[in-house]
Amino acid sequence: MMMQILNGFKNGISDARHNVEMTEQPNGNNYCEVKVEQLNFYYGSKQALFNVDIEVKEKGVAALIGPSGCGKSTFLRVLNRMNDLIPGTRLEGMVTVHGEDIYDSSMDVVELRKKVGMVFQQPNPFPKSIYDNVAYGPRIHGLKNKIMLNQIVEESLIGGALWDEVKDRLHEPALALSGGQQQRLCIARALAVQPRILLMDEPTSAIDPIATQRIEDLIRDLCKEYTIIIVTHNMQQAARISDFTGFFFQGEMIEWGKTAQIFTKPEDQRTEDYITGRFG
Amino acid sequence: MRSITEKIMRVIFWLSGIAIIVFLTGILFTLLSNSIPAFTEIGIKPFFIEGLWRPGAYGEPTYSINNFIVGTFMVTLGALAFAVPLGVAAAAYLSEIASPWERELFKPIVEVLAGIPSVVLGFIGLVVLAPLIAKLFGIPSGINALNGAILVGIMALPTIITLAEDAITAVPSDYRHASLALGGTRWQTIWKVTIPAAFSGITAATMLGMGRAIGETMTVLMVTGNMIARPSSFLDSVRTLSANIAIDIGDVVFGSIHFHALFVVGLVLFLITFIINLLADILIHRKPEVNK
Repeated sequence: MMMQILNGFKNGISDARHNVEMTEQPNGNNYCEVKVEQLNFYYGSKQALFNVDIEVKEKGVAALIGPSGCGKSTFLRVLNRMNDLIPGTRLEGMVTVHGEDIYDSSMDVVELRKKVGMVFQQPNPFPKSIYDNVAYGPRIHGLKNKIMLNQIVEESLIGGALWDEVKDRLHEPALALSGGQQQRLCIARALAVQPRILLMDEPTSAIDPIATQRIEDLIRDLCKEYTIIIVTHNMQQAARISDFTGFFFQGEMIEWGKTAQIFTKPEDQRTEDYITGRFG
Repeated sequence: MRSITEKIMRVIFWLSGIAIIVFLTGILFTLLSNSIPAFTEIGIKPFFIEGLWRPGAYGEPTYSINNFIVGTFMVTLGALAFAVPLGVAAAAYLSEIASPWERELFKPIVEVLAGIPSVVLGFIGLVVLAPLIAKLFGIPSGINALNGAILVGIMALPTIITLAEDAITAVPSDYRHASLALGGTRWQTIWKVTIPAAFSGITAATMLGMGRAIGETMTVLMVTGNMIARPSSFLDSVRTLSANIAIDIGDVVFGSIHFHALFVVGLVLFLITFIINLLADILIHRKPEVNK
């Protein structure tokens, strides 16, 4: 657990919060895309996450693996506060994104979610046209200019590796697309609000293998510009696409480190058991 | 043994299905057969030409129902104009915003509203709404189309709220989550995603509310004034098709031309509701992809 070195860390955090420049120095020493300290999370009286620490320092792909019900999706939804939607949830600990405490009372959830986009397990395009799906985010954030909207839609669809397939039918219903295309549309839709971080919750689990490969390629492309945190059930996928991997087990983050290391020389016995397929 | 009960059940269900068709064709047949004497005596055209409904006029009775159709649509559309926005907003509140206890409180109230007899609402129109409208618009009497529209709107509200709420609740939460995760506020999510996705159900709610409104008789009869002249605004007195039947049926001679002419009014009412339901059906099925 490499995060536990960080004693006296509270000082570092308050520095980060008061020092706005922090967010503009991606290469500064203390800079973190996402930093989570001593996170405990409860659904009512049931604790779902125990003392989770994570520090994502740079762009790239971070994969979260672990058996079903281990808390990895809960953890993901902590990062854009989607758990706020579930009544009776409670959180302890510190979660910062680009140095900002996202559970601070002054945090604007809308701004947070603009910055931290999300792609869901089931492709969930709106029952609107392809164009309107991608334009939805920019529109709700106040963009009305047609030319700019067109440009954003095109760039986002190119970003989502879908443009070539749909450029001639932007105004057709999104639900007419195949599952894999729908998921890439959802990625494009998330990109359209120009996030810095993308959360993906098992984005390929409802999709066929060929479409999955396209999305994995896309994730590798996107991680040059975005920090991607992906929850996956599929260990091979984590090994293929991620730079860092975290192993969750029963609500605890058992191990976190470079993907190559986790998959070749895991430090914890449970990690090894899981990746060698002894349980899960 | 099992195959016999299977067969019996099959027949029972078949009969239940057939019964609906029998009732419907029976109603249509009764309306038509009783309308025919009026058609042979008067013709079809006089019902729809410009003029008045004066079946008892000395010398030359006239049977134009033009003004009643206008009156019916004024009351109905007037009612929908305020009941649909209000009903959909209430439904959205109930399904998207209200806390569980608010929902528990509100839903029985809506049902009670649905159970109020129309005669009682008519009283309210007479003693509460009428003076209010008269005062507000500075007119001598508040017994007019507006009064009827408001009351009929109130009567259509429970139908609209209940059905629209079902439709909104049935929208997959995936859509809401997608919108919220893009930084949408709850309001934006309801307005731009949830309600549009529930469009077909809301249309159905509107149409059924409209069906309720068009046929509504007692309240309308009590508060709209029932003048046979053509209304020129919502502040004029109007008579609706259904009110006309109720007013005349009391003193009409059974089997007379007047009697059969009233069946024509009923037939027109039937056709209007039929067409509305048909349109609703087409509208609803035009958007089949809403639900995955």
